[in-house]
Amino acid sequence: MAMTAFDEMYGLPGDDLHTRAPYDELRRWLAATPPEQFAIRRSQAELFFRRIGITFSVYGEAEAGERIIPFDIIPRVLTGDEWAVLDRGLRQRVTALNAFLADVYGAGECIRAGIVPAELIYSNPAYLPKMAGRTVPHNLYVHIAGIDIVRVGEDAFYVLEDNARTPSGVSYMLENREAMMRLFPELFSCHRIAPVEVYPEALLATLQSVAPAGAPACPTIALLTPGPYNSAFYEHSFLADKLGVELVEGRDLIVRDDTVYMRTTEGPRRVDVIYRRIDDDFLDPLAFRPDSVLGVPGLMDAYLAGNVTLTNAVGTGIADDKAIYSYMPEIVRFFTGEEALLKNVPTWRCREPEALAYVLDNLSELVVKEVNGSGGYGMLVGPCATQGEIDQFRKKLRRSPEGFIAQPTLALSTCPTFVASGVAPRHVDLRPFVLSGTDGIRVVPGGLTRVALKEGSLVVNSSQGGGTKDTWVLEN
Amino acid sequence: MLSRTADNIYWSARYLERADFQARILDACTRLTSLPASYAGASNAWEGAIASTGGANLFRSLYDRIDEWTVRDFIAFNPGNPSSISNCLMIARNNARAVRTALTSEMWEVINDAWLELKGSTRQDMDRDEIARFIAWVKGVTQMFEGAAHRTMLRNDAYYFTRIGGAIERADNTARILDVKYHLLLPVNETVGGGLDYFQWTTILREVSALTAYHWVYRESVKPWLIADLLILNRQMPRSLASCYEALVRHFDLIAETYGQQGECQRLAGATLTHLRASCMESVFQEGLHEFVTGFIGRNHALGDGIARQYLLS
Repeated sequence: MAMTAFDEMYGLPGDDLHTRAPYDELRRWLAATPPEQFAIRRSQAELFFRRIGITFSVYGEAEAGERIIPFDIIPRVLTGDEWAVLDRGLRQRVTALNAFLADVYGAGECIRAGIVPAELIYSNPAYLPKMAGRTVPHNLYVHIAGIDIVRVGEDAFYVLEDNARTPSGVSYMLENREAMMRLFPELFSCHRIAPVEVYPEALLATLQSVAPAGAPACPTIALLTPGPYNSAFYEHSFLADKLGVELVEGRDLIVRDDTVYMRTTEGPRRVDVIYRRIDDDFLDPLAFRPDSVLGVPGLMDAYLAGNVTLTNAVGTGIADDKAIYSYMPEIVRFFTGEEALLKNVPTWRCREPEALAYVLDNLSELVVKEVNGSGGYGMLVGPCATQGEIDQFRKKLRRSPEGFIAQPTLALSTCPTFVASGVAPRHVDLRPFVLSGTDGIRVVPGGLTRVALKEGSLVVNSSQGGGTKDTWVLEN
Repeated sequence: MLSRTADNIYWSARYLERADFQARILDACTRLTSLPASYAGASNAWEGAIASTGGANLFRSLYDRIDEWTVRDFIAFNPGNPSSISNCLMIARNNARAVRTALTSEMWEVINDAWLELKGSTRQDMDRDEIARFIAWVKGVTQMFEGAAHRTMLRNDAYYFTRIGGAIERADNTARILDVKYHLLLPVNETVGGGLDYFQWTTILREVSALTAYHWVYRESVKPWLIADLLILNRQMPRSLASCYEALVRHFDLIAETYGQQGECQRLAGATLTHLRASCMESVFQEGLHEFVTGFIGRNHALGDGIARQYLLS
């Protein structure tokens, strides 16, 4: 598929003579460094990631075992001004997401006002009736958000999706920077790059701020992981380490009298805040899936009694829903009284008959996604799909149109990337992380840049052969 | 500290210690079989090695002959042997991976590098030189792990559980060698056999890297009752049962101090150390070396159960 995309280094397509200002030094460096040097550094980078064990597993690929996500040594650069725009937009969006969730499980004003159709909320599998009418500590739902952003032009940024459940990838943001600083210290002396290393501190402050009312001044925090077989286990252990909190599995926690304790060598110890990296369904076999062995029996009772804070709150999946996403401009306006600073990608909701008809007629040009999907699974990229795949998807769409949305195929910006044949443009996206506590919103300047390593591919997910890059925000 | 974390740390340390022990057995045995044919004990050296690992029954169920190749495969590589060196390294690594946050990055890197190298470079059909390098490498891994623990860990409960795992495993290993070879270790002035026994005795010492230590401590030729003394009661010898229990008592005391609580483990370890300190070689041989060692293995095992009850399963 030939698509002309905005290039992060060169700007407009076909204009290789011109370099965008933030990439001046990088381009000089690329031209001046002998190719052998890059080959050495790339293998050092691979060794670095393998040695620290930053691996992930791909579901359904038993053979693959532990893989590392390919790391590309050419960074992606944003100017301070570009970042300032994103930063304001991210704060506004996450404020709106939190207000929306509090409203959905509370008064329901946005539904009565007709901003979002009632049935889209109440018959949504991601909506948890158990949470209706309940208050969560400090009325905060999305403490940690990962907002996926794509760029299609000099000033054209779009939000592609909101990750309000348990967004992952922040360990790569931190380790990619660490790798770059080790491999290319000279680049850091000729650029003023905003540090991302403050993220763990910001996360810890956020988690401490949301402890339940009765908790001690220095609350006990634990990070709850499904265990070493989860694809993001490295990140869980990495974060627990950087935060200085216990990394717990369900079997390490017990609930007595609606209070959560962890089993320690000194006996049970009370836990005040749980940064959980387990999905809602698996949290508590007494409240949700009875077959879950990952969760903690009684955890929901303790949570609803207000004795423990879960981050993110239970039920945030409704804000991840891609049909809900399509209403975000209205949601932002309703809850903040402002126009959304970050644009949405135009979206057809297949649950609406007219939209469905349009989508079915134009499948070969659209990207179709499951409303509840994530990780790049179960999506159709029309321009890259075979006729067979399109026909198959058409059947799925007709069977359950409410399960899908469609968007135009965006020409995601490209960034120069090392590939087998040398340096070539590859499509990238950006996931910044936004932290919400009782003491305000924190956004670390940077994020995770994911890159689709296959030529022409628009799917950046690591499970689909994507890689990552260090992301620089230049300070003015 | 989480009970599960303590459990993983403890078993990581135990399995690395075990990998080292298995490597030493293989080393000593390879040496024994390269003796001149006139000392033709060589054929049962392999049986002795298997007995020392404590896996004789398992070995018989896996192989139909006993020789250099099957023993080497069993001790070093066979995934069906839970204590094979490759299994030990894999289990140690799995435990470490589950609690990476409790180990220092230096310790993790030793274990992870070992596991990566093991996967990448070991082969069943190694020649003698290659197996010698492999054995040296395994010993080096354990030493690097211990060194990393010693040099980089905070002196807190995680460190104490690392030390306890190493010491209890080491005590078990030393006792097993004594249990297999007790018939060779005779009371004062009773000697049987000739050159062959001499080689077997020195093999025991080599298995625990104590031949030089022996000469420094006793300054006389190798006598079986002194070997028993060195491995059981001598407090200078880091692998002796007494030394291992001094380490265990010390670290259990430190844990009790940290937690402000004494328990079963402090009691059991203290009682065994008292028993060892009150013993002399005459009384050990009077009781019967075999009975003494069997009794010790039982008490050491009971301490392992006590650790699980008091700290690992709470």
